[in-house]
Amino acid sequence: MQTGQPLVEIRGLTMAYDDFVIQRDLDFAIDRGEIFIVMGISGCGKTTLLRHLVGLKSPAKGKVLYDAESFWSADPERRQQMMRRFGVMYQNGALWSSMTLAENVSLPLEVYTDLSRSEIREVAFFKLALVGLAGFGDFHPSEVSGGMQKRVGVARAMALDPDILYFDEPSAGLDPISARRLDDLIRELRDSLGITMVIVTHELDSIFAIADRTLFLDPDTRTMLAIGPPAELRDNSPDPKIRQFLNRGRL
Amino acid sequence: MPAADKIDLNRLPNGELLIRLSGRWTLAEGVPAIESVRTECEGVAPPSCVTFDTQAITDWDSALPTFLGGLLDHFARRGIDTDRSGLREGVRRLLDLAAAVPETGIEVEPAGGSWVTRFGLAAIRRGKSAAESIGFLGEIAIALLRLAAGRAQFRASDFTLAVQQCGAEAVGIVTLVSFLVGLILAFIGAIQLQQFGAQIFVADLVGLGMAREMGAMMTAIIMAGRTGASFAAQLGTMTVNEEIDALKTLGISPTEFLVLPRLLALMLMMPLLCLYADVMGIVGGAVVGVGMLDLGLVSYFDETRSALSFADFGAGLIKAVVYGSLVAVSGCLRGMQCGRSASAVGAATTSAVVTSIVLIVIASGIINVIDHILG
Repeated sequence: MQTGQPLVEIRGLTMAYDDFVIQRDLDFAIDRGEIFIVMGISGCGKTTLLRHLVGLKSPAKGKVLYDAESFWSADPERRQQMMRRFGVMYQNGALWSSMTLAENVSLPLEVYTDLSRSEIREVAFFKLALVGLAGFGDFHPSEVSGGMQKRVGVARAMALDPDILYFDEPSAGLDPISARRLDDLIRELRDSLGITMVIVTHELDSIFAIADRTLFLDPDTRTMLAIGPPAELRDNSPDPKIRQFLNRGRL
Repeated sequence: MPAADKIDLNRLPNGELLIRLSGRWTLAEGVPAIESVRTECEGVAPPSCVTFDTQAITDWDSALPTFLGGLLDHFARRGIDTDRSGLREGVRRLLDLAAAVPETGIEVEPAGGSWVTRFGLAAIRRGKSAAESIGFLGEIAIALLRLAAGRAQFRASDFTLAVQQCGAEAVGIVTLVSFLVGLILAFIGAIQLQQFGAQIFVADLVGLGMAREMGAMMTAIIMAGRTGASFAAQLGTMTVNEEIDALKTLGISPTEFLVLPRLLALMLMMPLLCLYADVMGIVGGAVVGVGMLDLGLVSYFDETRSALSFADFGAGLIKAVVYGSLVAVSGCLRGMQCGRSASAVGAATTSAVVTSIVLIVIASGIINVIDHILG
């Protein structure tokens, strides 16, 4: 792997539902080991962008490249292999409700590794401990709080030691303390494991606390308006829309 | 208090219109229509300016700003100036708040349109849904091939749970319904056959009817309402909750992981339930035969045994397997097609049951014709 080559590149991406264009001409790259935040007001297409990056929705136009290899023009087999490089945490955890927390974390390991049952169980409990849920392995998702479900979602996304973790609105619906803890967890995991973090959110506290760079999607012009470190955008962006967003509406 | 008493219109000598409001302006009293004011303005020359006096209002809630908002909009459209200084501070601020964000010009596609448009859109939707269904059948075929090759990914515990849900837990209702169906068949037959003194043939009627047709059909319809609906609701909720997406991004096929165990469980349990329903139906017939027609229990069962061959049971069992797969496939299909809201789960469940029952009846017709041709 050559250095300097960005991990994920988005080239000329246009996203659309049938004829309805959500965002067009997106062009940016995500570097190895950075915490990259996609921000914008509700309905601007943040989550749709995430769905394009993780293989749930194919682009209307343009490319998504992982290590310079096109994701969407790869054959399905190859795409599956590429998908194994990343984990996804969904908005509400999306835990499989019929399985215990440990089973949720174990399933990817069962499917993709040759580990024995007891080894898998150990790994699963370790991943749960990493997100601060040691001892909760045998609970069902409905028996733990929303914040805990999201943490299990992180543990499950990390099960196969991915290079990239995608987060869809990690702090939505969390109290400020749990949201803060989740932010700390994200930064801690990046620092210790070097995982690249891509986060979709509009939570300003999180954006300023953890983002290395952030991308602003605008629903009016239907494209990206700016990319850069959040504090710099807030203070120096020539675009009033971005300053307004990052200042909670104050110009 | 009638609306007319609360609104008092005064033409001032300088051409202005003074609107004096009084009394209680609450939602409980109703919101007066702005018509009366409108006609006043249109009657003669329009007023040069409109002023308000709200001193005499004793009590107000959203009814007042709602009325005033409509009125001010009307004047603004007509190009008549308004002077809001006579309004109370609170009302004025509420009106300003409502006007703070202008109505956006986002074009929402009208839900109606001409009937040609609606017909066309419905046809396109149907076409898409049909294409999806065929795609889904293809996915199931691939999943079955992978199963045959021993490479399908699903958990044995999911399969056993599905077997329990659509097998053991359905025994009670199948017992009741098939017993009663046998009883009803016997009762209808008895009335006709008694006229010819041929009561004993009630046993043939019930035995053949249950084994060849009714056992499988009734079980299938119970399973459509019970298990097909539950499959659709389970998978639909998983779609809403992004659990299906989570499987996909892990590279696990939801068809293999979720649909296959349910399909196999129902295909396995349906013939067993059907056989059980056949027996319960015959017992129901015997109750009528012995109780109402005074036939001996032994002679009733002897007659049943001589009337039935293994081929008759075989025909019923083949139907049971076909119906079972139809119920499972339509339940899972509707669940996977589910939209992303709670009402979509309801719609998916309804649609699953309707689809299953329609398919069961169509399949029954086709199988009977084939059976007849093959002899």
